[in-house]
Amino acid sequence: MSLDVNTIFQIAGIGIIVAMIQTVLKQMGKDDWAQWVTLIGFVVILYMVATLINDLFEKIREVFLFQ
Amino acid sequence: MTIDILQIVGLGLVATFIVLILKEQKPSLAFLLSIFVGALIFLYLIDQIKLVMDMLIEIASSAHLNNVYVETILKIIGIAYIAEFGAQITRDAGEGALASKIELAGKVLILVLAIPIMKAVIQTIIGLISQ
Repeated sequence: MSLDVNTIFQIAGIGIIVAMIQTVLKQMGKDDWAQWVTLIGFVVILYMVATLINDLFEKIREVFLFQ
Repeated sequence: MTIDILQIVGLGLVATFIVLILKEQKPSLAFLLSIFVGALIFLYLIDQIKLVMDMLIEIASSAHLNNVYVETILKIIGIAYIAEFGAQITRDAGEGALASKIELAGKVLILVLAIPIMKAVIQTIIGLISQ
């Protein structure tokens, strides 16, 4: 359980840090780089969420006797 | 593994606060986080659901029930859980129309799974009538 709760804080941290980096990059006038940082942060978190949902579906399949 | 209700409620509250903070910075990440927490709570619950399901299977096997029927009922419950989960996530994202399509798909698939049982019932009734 503690591992999974850590992931929640990881997601929050990534979100806030990405927002900060984006603000700094925009101040420096590098808008395209800011876009890439946002995209990469989104993909990383999407990977975490997708892994957990895959876990969940496997468990459901196991419990409810889907082949 | 026993899970306290307090743990789950605490997890939900902490996640709600984090989602509120994150929503100001990045709404899409806040949405992903809420999906994550939903899946997490579901994942904790599935162990408890497994206990109930094992009990159901045990009772059914001790009553010499046909295994096909129990399996069908379990599959129907599973489809209902998954469809509900997906529909709620989609509705959270503001896509109400898509959510109702997911629910419709769940209903249709449940109906399809129930066909053999309904067939058996109708055949029994017809057998009774022809006697």
